[in-house]
Amino acid sequence: MDLLTRIANEVRAGEPDAVRALAAEALAAGVAPAEVLRGGLIAGMTVVGDAFRLREIFLPDVLLAARAMQSGLEVLRPQLAAGGVPTAGRVVLGTVRGDLHDIGKNLVGILLGGAGFDVIDLGVDVPPERFVDSAVEHGAAVIGISALLTTTMVGMREVVALVRERGLADRIKVIVGGAPLTEAFAREIGADGYAYDAASAVGRVKQLVGAA
Amino acid sequence: MSGAGLLARLQRGEVVIGDGAWGTLLIAEAGLPPGAPPERVILDAPEIVGAIARRYLEAGAEILTTDTFGGTPLRLAAHGLAEHCEEINRRAVELVREAAATRALVSGSVGPTGTLLAPLGPARPAEVEAAFERQIAALAAAGADLLCVETMIDLAEALLAVQAAKRVAPAVPVVATMTFEPTPRGVFTVMGVTPARAAAALAEAGAEVVGANCGNGIEGMVAVVAELTRHAAVPVAVRPNAGLPQLVDGALVWPENPAFFAAHAPALVAAGARLLGGCCGTTPAHIGALRAVLAA
Repeated sequence: MDLLTRIANEVRAGEPDAVRALAAEALAAGVAPAEVLRGGLIAGMTVVGDAFRLREIFLPDVLLAARAMQSGLEVLRPQLAAGGVPTAGRVVLGTVRGDLHDIGKNLVGILLGGAGFDVIDLGVDVPPERFVDSAVEHGAAVIGISALLTTTMVGMREVVALVRERGLADRIKVIVGGAPLTEAFAREIGADGYAYDAASAVGRVKQLVGAA
Repeated sequence: MSGAGLLARLQRGEVVIGDGAWGTLLIAEAGLPPGAPPERVILDAPEIVGAIARRYLEAGAEILTTDTFGGTPLRLAAHGLAEHCEEINRRAVELVREAAATRALVSGSVGPTGTLLAPLGPARPAEVEAAFERQIAALAAAGADLLCVETMIDLAEALLAVQAAKRVAPAVPVVATMTFEPTPRGVFTVMGVTPARAAAALAEAGAEVVGANCGNGIEGMVAVVAELTRHAAVPVAVRPNAGLPQLVDGALVWPENPAFFAAHAPALVAAGARLLGGCCGTTPAHIGALRAVLAA
């Protein structure tokens, strides 16, 4: 089995020490850092995302895999920064105003990062202005908003409205998700995308980036 | 009826009806702003809490839940209310007791802390258990007849809550329910807990009733209840929500109305549920309809 496949497998198994060691071994063997990222870490997280979508694995497995991927990224980062690796796109993420629940949002961030996106995580309880200002400042093509509570989800509407009000709708797309949300709700508030869960968010963000 | 009396009825196979949602009613009817903690209402507008309890009582609920879903100090801290933990939980029981008098039991709601346990997240088990103990001690001291540990996705956290209850309030019965989702591979919580595992472990930890709450509407709950019943040595509780909300004219509307809810309730009883109530989006009208159909 080649090194990159072994890295991907150890990411999938959630083994940070093994991923760290194998990533260092690959670099020492002359594999380009971008290739270790793409063919090892991202390949592993893609398998994890797909398995989670089918509920062959669950949240704990995804979180452990994400940690393993992070340990590999730490090994690669000094060299990646020097090489300037192009990303799949930039996404601003956060939970809607008033919502402090970040498990789902963090998972989306992990899986987007695992798919090669550059993720700017604004944290929890994010006001609409901050979503839009940050997207403009960082040149993000997508704003992702998460809500766990039926008591906060209506606030997503304000972010969509603000993007339009500022005339940014053609270059910034808004995707929403979270346990109480439906496709119909996303459509009703005028969001560009909806994701049923964190794993399907990756595919939808890819589509939106292509459309932006 | 006492907590012990309730258990005896459930164990005899009787069906008992509890109340429906609190948080969504507070938003719809009390003007609670989106994102504000429902526990705030206990301090700021106690008369609204009493009014909701009375409406559920009049609708036929035999168990009234306290507005303390986010009442652990860990969760209250996010709203700067941690130092009010005892006051909030005590007042919540008192307000419901005033409404219930001797006509209904008061059930102290205990929800998740909202953080993940190590190694997946930052929370240490001892810290989470201490948070549950503090809330449950306050609920029990104020006279809660039972405790409902609800909307859990992580079995480890649910077990910490049940164990905390058994340590600080051993005489108070515990209803422990988790939130499951049907998947192509069967029923699981998002953390991967099956109804079989939940039913066995929660009962082993001392929960006198186990079950499911929230989810995605009442229809999907039938399979969940059937699974729980197959594996539970104790009575099974179920509190479905009224589906996932839609936005209509700027307001959230739940798709499953009282008639729909009541029409599907007999299937839950047939699947083994003995303690029934409602979660997000259900109202006193849902409980009234439930009562009418199950009494028929």
